[in-house]
Amino acid sequence: MSEPEEQIVTDLELVRSGTTDSAPAEPVLTVRDLDVVYEVARPVHAVRGASLTLHRGEILGLAGESGSGKTTLAYGLNQLHRPPARITGGSVTFHGRDDGDVDVLALEGESLRAFRWSRIAMVFQGAMNSLNPVISVRAQLEDVFTTHRPQMDPRERRHRSEELLRLVGVDPARITAFAHELSGGMRQRVMIAMALALDPELMIMDEPTTALDVVVQREILQEILRLRQELGFAVVFITHDLPMLLEISDRIAVMRHGEIVELDTAENLYFAPQHPYTRRLLGSFPSLTGSAGDFIRAGYAPEETR
Amino acid sequence: MSVLTEKSAQIDEAEKEAPTRRKRPAATLVIGLGIVIVITLFGLVAPFFTQDPLAVSNDGMQGPSAAHLLGTTQTGQDVLAQLAHATRGSLMVGVIVAVLALFLSAFFGILGGYLGGWLDEVFSLFTNVVLILPGLPLMIVIGSYVEQRGLLLIAFVLAITSWAASARVLRSQTLSIRTRDYVHAARIAGERPWRIISVEILPNLLPVMSSGFVFALITAILGEAGLSFIGLGVVGTQTWGSMLFYAQNGQALTLGGWWWFVPPGFMIAALGAGLSLINFSIDAIINPRLRNAPANARRVRKAEKEAAA
Amino acid sequence: MTTLTATDLSKTYLLRDGLRFSRLHAVQDVSFELSPGRTVALVGQSGSGKSTIAKLLMQLETPTSGSLLLDGEPIGRRGRALAAYRHRVQMVFQDPFASLNPHHSIGHHLVRPLLLHERATRATVRGAAQDLLERVNLPADEEFMERRPHELSGGQRQRVAIARALAPGPSVLVADEPVSMLDVSVRLGVLNLLARLQQEEQLAMLYITHDLATARHFSDEIMVMFEGRVVERGPADDVILSPQQEFTRRLLAAAPEPGTSRRFLAEARRRGVPMPDHLADQEDLA
Repeated sequence: MSEPEEQIVTDLELVRSGTTDSAPAEPVLTVRDLDVVYEVARPVHAVRGASLTLHRGEILGLAGESGSGKTTLAYGLNQLHRPPARITGGSVTFHGRDDGDVDVLALEGESLRAFRWSRIAMVFQGAMNSLNPVISVRAQLEDVFTTHRPQMDPRERRHRSEELLRLVGVDPARITAFAHELSGGMRQRVMIAMALALDPELMIMDEPTTALDVVVQREILQEILRLRQELGFAVVFITHDLPMLLEISDRIAVMRHGEIVELDTAENLYFAPQHPYTRRLLGSFPSLTGSAGDFIRAGYAPEETR
Repeated sequence: MSVLTEKSAQIDEAEKEAPTRRKRPAATLVIGLGIVIVITLFGLVAPFFTQDPLAVSNDGMQGPSAAHLLGTTQTGQDVLAQLAHATRGSLMVGVIVAVLALFLSAFFGILGGYLGGWLDEVFSLFTNVVLILPGLPLMIVIGSYVEQRGLLLIAFVLAITSWAASARVLRSQTLSIRTRDYVHAARIAGERPWRIISVEILPNLLPVMSSGFVFALITAILGEAGLSFIGLGVVGTQTWGSMLFYAQNGQALTLGGWWWFVPPGFMIAALGAGLSLINFSIDAIINPRLRNAPANARRVRKAEKEAAA
Repeated sequence: MTTLTATDLSKTYLLRDGLRFSRLHAVQDVSFELSPGRTVALVGQSGSGKSTIAKLLMQLETPTSGSLLLDGEPIGRRGRALAAYRHRVQMVFQDPFASLNPHHSIGHHLVRPLLLHERATRATVRGAAQDLLERVNLPADEEFMERRPHELSGGQRQRVAIARALAPGPSVLVADEPVSMLDVSVRLGVLNLLARLQQEEQLAMLYITHDLATARHFSDEIMVMFEGRVVERGPADDVILSPQQEFTRRLLAAAPEPGTSRRFLAEARRRGVPMPDHLADQEDLA
C-alpha cells in the first residue's frame, strides 16, 4: 500500500483532460431564461432567468449553497418538478446525437417517460440511500431495462446488468447483494450504474459524493471522469464544494438566489473571478498547504462574523 | 463599508427566514370538531329539556309525531329523551376510557422508553402481554362474572384492553426522540430526567398522544355499544348501545320501528366520523406533507390558469 | 483555567444479533490533553471513533476503560460532582437543526442553563441571555429571544448553540464538527467566532472534524484517528506538511487542492501570474 502521493493527485488530472484540449464540441443542451417559481403563500422565485449551454462530453460544475436554486434548476432540466414548483418561463432544448432537437418542456406523458433516463439520467442527492432495502441490486438494475427496454430478453438483461457493474468498478458477483451489504461508496457506484444503463448523453449529478469519506469521494470522482472519457456523456455536477469542482470541471456556473451570477471556465474562475460572491465562495475554502496564520487574523470585520 | 462587506451582509440577511404566520385550520378539523361539539352539547344540555326517558305510556311503537319528536319505544317511552340521556352516557364512558388509557399508555410507554434498562424491558414485556389479550372475550368473561356492571367497571374493563397499542407507539417515539441532539444537549446542560421528559420530550409526543386519545374514544364507544348489544353493557345508565339492545329485543326491526334504532346508530356513526376527521387533521400536523400536497397542487393549477389567461 | 486529561480511553460496544454477540471497539487507548487557550483537532472519517470520544468526554457514555482527569482529579460521575463537571465542560453539536428543540424559543435554550448553573437569578436571567447573544454576534433583543429555531438560518442556529454552551461558563469546550452542516460561506465566520471566544475565555478546546484544512488553520495540535485509534499526532503544521503515516498521507492526498494541481500551476505559468490566495483576498477588515 505505498502508492506515491503524486500518483493519486495526477490520476484525476489524467482522466479529466478531455474536451478543453480538443476542438470545440457541439452543444447537447441549451437552456434559455429558465424561470421556476414555488407557488407557496408568498411565491418564491427559485430560479431566475437561468441560461447556459452544455457541450457534448463537457463537465459543467454548478456551484452554490443551500437555497441557491441549483437543485431546482437541475430538476427543471427533465421536468421533475412537483407542485408547488412550476416552470413559468424559458426553454430547455436537448440536441440529440442522431435525431435533432427536442423541446424538453413540451414533452409529456409517454414521450416524456421515454425521454427520461435514456437521454438525460440523474443521480440524486443522497442517492446511495435511494436503493430499495428489500430487493437485491440485480432486481433494481434489471428494473431499468424492464421499464425502458421491454423487448429485452431476460438473459440479455442479466448480462447487461453485470456489464454495468463491471463498468463502474463493482465486482459483478455482488449483483445478488442487498443495499445494506454494500458500503456507501459501492452503493453510489450502483446508483451511477443505474443511471448509465440506457447510455444517456447527459448525466446530472446532485452532490454525488457529499456523504462519503474523503478517500472514497476521490475514487468515485475518478470513476465518473473515467466513464465520461469512455462513454462521452456530458455532466452537470452540482455541489457546494468549489475546490472539487475546480479540479474536475471544464466550466463552472456559480448560482446564488436563483441566478447564475458567473459562468466561466474553471481556470478563469480561479485566476480572475468577476463576481463578489464568487470571490467570497473561493475565499471560504482555506488552503490545506497554503499560509496558515491568515485564517484567523484575516478573519472578518465584526459585522462579517454574522 | 466596502463593497464586499455590504454584499456579504446582504448575503447573510437573505439567509434569515421570515417568521411563520398562523395558518388557517384545515377543513377536516373544523368539520370534525363541529360534529363532536354539536353531539357533546346535545348530550350535556338536552336531557334537561326532554321528557322522562323511562316514563312508560300507552302509545307504544308510534312513529315521530308532535308529542314524541322521535316516536316511542315498544313500552311507549319517548325515544328523543332516551337518545339525549344515552348520548350523555356513551360520552361519559368514552371519555373515562380515553383518559384512563392515555395515562396507562403514557406511563408504560414514555417512562419505559426514556429510562431504558431493565425497567424498559419489564414495561415492554407487560405491554406486549396485555396487547395480545383478546379484548372482547375478556370483556365478556369479566362482564358475565360481575352482576353489578356499573359505568366505572365497564369503563375500566374497556380501558385496560385498549391502552397497550398506544403504549407501544409512545415507547418507540420516545426512543427515537431520546436520541436527538437537543435531548443530549439538555442532559449536558444539567437538566434532571423528569424535566427532560416533561419539557423536551412531551411536546413532541402531543400529536401522537392526541391521536391516541381520539382513537381510544372511538373504540371505547364502539366497544361499549358492542357489549351492550350482546347484553353485557352498563346496567343502570342508558347508552346508545343499550338503546340498540332494547330496540333489538323489542322487535323494532321486524315491526318497522326505524325511529328507535336509527337515531342511536346514526349518533354512533356521526361521532365516529367526527372523531376520525379530527384524527386526520392531527395526522396532517404530524406529517406536514399530507397537509400541503393538495393545496400545492391547487395553487399550481390556479397559477397556470392565471398565466394562460 | 482547567486542563482535561484523557488517558487510554477505550469504549467497546456489545452488539447483539439475535442470540450472538459481537464487540465493536469504537475507541481504543486514546490519550490526549486539553489545556487552556489551546485547540486540539481530532481528525477522522466516519467510523473512526471521533464522535464516540465526544460522547465519552460529555459523559453521555461511560468508557470501558481508561480515565478522565479534570485538573488532576478524577471526574465526577454522579450528583453534585457530575453537576460540577457539566459546569466546566460543554459541547457544541454538529447539527444546528437537531440540537435545538423546535418547540422552545431561543430564550428558553439560554435561560435554562443560566439558571441551572446559577449564573443568573430569575430577575437577571433575561439580561444575561441577551449578553450571551451579543457575544456571539446575534441580535440581543427580546424579539430575537422569542423566535423559534425554525425561524433562524443554519449559521444563526449554530451561534445560539455556541451561546448555550457558554452559558454555564465552561473552561473546556468540545466542538463536534461545528460547521460541517453549515453553508460554505458562513463556516469561516463561525470558526472565527469560536477562535475569538477561545482567546477571550482561555478555553481548552477539542475541535472534531473530517476537514484537514480547517483543522490545520484552527488548531495547535492534530490527532488523526482511524478505526478507534490515534494513528498520528503532532503540531498542526507538522502533521499536514510532513505526515509520517501512510493513512495520513492518503487523507491529505484525497483532499481537493486546486492550488497544487498541475493544471492550475501550468495555467499560472502560462498567464505569467502567481497562484492566487483567495483567503488573503478577503480584505475589508474594518
